[in-house]
Amino acid sequence: MIRRVLFTPALVALALSTILTLPAFAAERFITVQSTTSTQNSGLFDAILLQFTAATGIAVRVIAVGTGQALKNARNGDGDVLLVHAKPAEEKFVADGFGMKRFDVMYNDFVIVGPAADPAGISGGRDAPKALTTIASKKALFASRGDDSGTHKKELGLWKAAGVDPTGASGTWYRETGSGMGATLNAAVGMAAYTLSDRATWIAYANKGDFEIHVEGDKQLFNQYGVILVNPAKHPHVKAADGQAFIDWLIGPAGQDAIAAYTVGGQQLFYPNAGGE
Amino acid sequence: MQDLSGAFAEAFRLLLDLDADLMEIVGLSLRVSLTAVVAAALIALPLGAALAVTRFPGRGAVLVTLNALMGLPPVVVGLVVYLALSRAGPLGPLGLLYTPEAMILAQMLLVIPIVAAVTRQTVEDLRAEYDEQLRVFGVGPMGMVATLLWEGRFSLLTALLAGFGRAVAEVGAVIIVGGNINHVTRVMTTAIALETSKGNLALALGLGIILLLIAVAVNAAVMTVRRTPRHAVLA
Amino acid sequence: MPFSPDIPPMTARTEHRGEVLPLVARALGLWRDGRTLLDNVDLRVEVGPLTVIMGPNGAGKSLLLRLLAGLIAPDAGSVTWAGRAPDRVRIKRLGFVFQAPVLLRRSVADNLRYALRAAGIPKAEWHERTASALAEVGLDRLADAPARVLSGGEQQKLALARALAPGPEVLLMDEPTANLDPTATAAIEDRVGRARDAGTTIVFVTHDLGQAKRLAGRVVFLHRGRVTEDAPAARFFDAPASEPAAAFIEGRLLP
Repeated sequence: MIRRVLFTPALVALALSTILTLPAFAAERFITVQSTTSTQNSGLFDAILLQFTAATGIAVRVIAVGTGQALKNARNGDGDVLLVHAKPAEEKFVADGFGMKRFDVMYNDFVIVGPAADPAGISGGRDAPKALTTIASKKALFASRGDDSGTHKKELGLWKAAGVDPTGASGTWYRETGSGMGATLNAAVGMAAYTLSDRATWIAYANKGDFEIHVEGDKQLFNQYGVILVNPAKHPHVKAADGQAFIDWLIGPAGQDAIAAYTVGGQQLFYPNAGGE
Repeated sequence: MQDLSGAFAEAFRLLLDLDADLMEIVGLSLRVSLTAVVAAALIALPLGAALAVTRFPGRGAVLVTLNALMGLPPVVVGLVVYLALSRAGPLGPLGLLYTPEAMILAQMLLVIPIVAAVTRQTVEDLRAEYDEQLRVFGVGPMGMVATLLWEGRFSLLTALLAGFGRAVAEVGAVIIVGGNINHVTRVMTTAIALETSKGNLALALGLGIILLLIAVAVNAAVMTVRRTPRHAVLA
Repeated sequence: MPFSPDIPPMTARTEHRGEVLPLVARALGLWRDGRTLLDNVDLRVEVGPLTVIMGPNGAGKSLLLRLLAGLIAPDAGSVTWAGRAPDRVRIKRLGFVFQAPVLLRRSVADNLRYALRAAGIPKAEWHERTASALAEVGLDRLADAPARVLSGGEQQKLALARALAPGPEVLLMDEPTANLDPTATAAIEDRVGRARDAGTTIVFVTHDLGQAKRLAGRVVFLHRGRVTEDAPAARFFDAPASEPAAAFIEGRLLP
C-alpha cells in the first residue's frame, strides 16, 4: 500500500503541478516578429526590444530564422511583423499582398572572412566578385549558408556577378552548410574556409579563432534591412495596431537612436537609415 | 581542448550563480518535457495495452509502424506540428504556434511511439503468463489491462524515462514550433543551439552539462521511488 | 458398462444446488491439428467426495480441467454450472490452482487481497480472511514479502491459500505438486484435506498414484482423451474395471 501511495500519485502530482504552472504565460500583450538570425545572434534585439516594451507595454517575441523561412512563416500568417534583409524578396512579399508597406530600417554590410593564412590571397581587396573569382580559381575552401537566407541570396548574387557558378563544385571546395550564420561561421572556422557574413554577426561572434576580415567596403556588399507589417486582410488575427506601433517606433527617432547606440566591443553593428523609399 | 575545460567552468559558474534566466530555461525545459511525457503516457499506455490484448486485421502493419515511429526524426515531427498549428494550417485558429503548449504537443508525438511500443510488448508478454489466472479470478478485459499495466510497471517506468530522455534532449521539433523565444519558449536545447550559433561554445557546452545533470537527477529521483526492498524483484 | 456417470457415489447427499455445482460436462470433444485430445467425455461433479482425475501424461487431464473451468471452449459437447453455461460472474465462486503458480508482482498479502477484491468479497473481511488464509498454510510471517521471491513450495502454498481465501464452492487443482519436494507436497495435501473436510468440493488432477490414494474419494481415470473409469476410490484401487486403469495401477507401461 505504501508503494502505491509513493508511486502513481507521485507521478500524477508531478504532472498536475507541471500542467497547472504552464498557463503563466497567457495574459501578456505581445506581438510576434519573424526575423533573421543575424539580428538575434548579433544581440541587437536583446539590446533594443526592452526599450520598446518599456515605452508601450507590448512585448516582442522574436522568431529568428533565415530570411527565406521568415518570409514563408509570415506568408502563413505566423507572425505580425517581418524584419529581414532581402529587398527583392520583401518587395515580392508586399506585391503578392501578404505584407503592407515596406520600410527601410537600418543597414550594415557584408564581409568576406577567412583564415589569417589567406590561402587564396584575397586580403585587402575591395572587389567582392573578384575575390570570389580568385577563391574559385584556386579552389580554396568556401563555406556557403546554402539555406535560402538573405545572406545566401546575397552570396549567390555575388557569384553571379563574378561569372562563376560554384554549385557544380558543391561538396569539393564549395561547402554548403544549410545552416544559420553562426553555425556556418563555426563550420568555416572549423575547416579554415572563407565565408560571407554580415558584419553584425561577425563582430558579435565569439569563436573567431584566427579568422579575420579579408574583403570589405564593396558597394555590392551593402546589407539593407526592411520591416513590413503582415497584411491583416490576409490573416485577420494579425495584431495590426500593435505591430504598426512597433514599426513606427523602429523607424522613429527612439528606435533609430537605439539601433545606432548598440555597439559590441566599441563597434557599431547597424546604421539606422529609415526614411528611404 | 580549451573549450572543454571552459565548459565545466561555465557550468559551475551558471549553477553557482543560480542565474535567473538559466533557472527560467531549466524550469521551462522540465515543465514542457515532463508534461509531454505524462500526457503521452495517458495516451500511449492504454494504446499499447489495447494493441497487446486485441487482434484485428492489419495489426501486424500497425505494430511495424509503431516500432518504426520510435525512430521518427524530431525535426519531422516539428515540421508536421508547425504545419498543423500554423495560422494557415488546420489548427491555426487555436493560436498555439510559438507557445510552450506547441512544444508539449511536439514532444508528446515523439514520446508516444516509444511508450506505446514498449507497453504493447510488455503487456503482451505478461498476458501470456497471467491470462488464465486472471480469467479464473473473473477479471474482465478492462481489469485485466489495468492489472497487466501495474504488473509491468517497472518496464513501463523505464519506457517513460526513455521517453523523457528523448523529449528533453531533442531540439529539432521545439525550435520549429516554439521559435526559441526568449522568456517564452526558450528551453535548454534551443538555448544551446543559440549559444553555439553565437560562437559561445563554452557556454553552450556548459548548458549541455547542466542538461545532463537534470536528466541524471530525474532518473535518480525515479529510481529512488522504486528502489524499496519490496520491489527488489522484477522478474 | 465400465462406469455410470449419472449415478456418482453419494448421490443421496447432493441435495445442494450452488452457483457452480452441479458442474456437468456432457459429451465433451476437443480437437487440435487433426488430433483428438478429448473424446466424448461425460463428468458430473456435485457436493461430495474429492474427485481425482488420474491418468498418464498426455491423457487430457489438464485440458479437461480447463474445460470444466470455462477457460477453453469445447469443440463438441457442453459444460454447465448449475444448469447454465459458465460465465464471468459465477467463476468467482470457483478456485483454480495451476501446476506452475502464477503470482502477481506484489506482496504475499496483496496477492490475497487482489483475489478477494476480484471475487467481490467485502473489504471489511479482507484483513481477517487474509490473516487466516496465510496462517492455514504457514505463510503468515511472510505476509509483507514480495510474492515472487518465495520458494517454489511457498509460492504454491500461496496460490492455494489465494484460491481458498474467497471461500470457493469448487476448487480445481491441476497437478499442483508436480514440481514440489515431498515436504511441500505434504503441506499442500494437508491443506487440501482440511479444505475438503470443511466442505469445499475439490477436483484434483494428478498422475501420482500415491497422491491419488491419499486424497481421492472418487477417481476418474482418463486415457487418450477418454474416460475409461469413474468409480469410488476404494473400488477403483482394489479392482479397476478398465484395462488402462489396471495397467496404470500396476505400474505397467500403457500402450
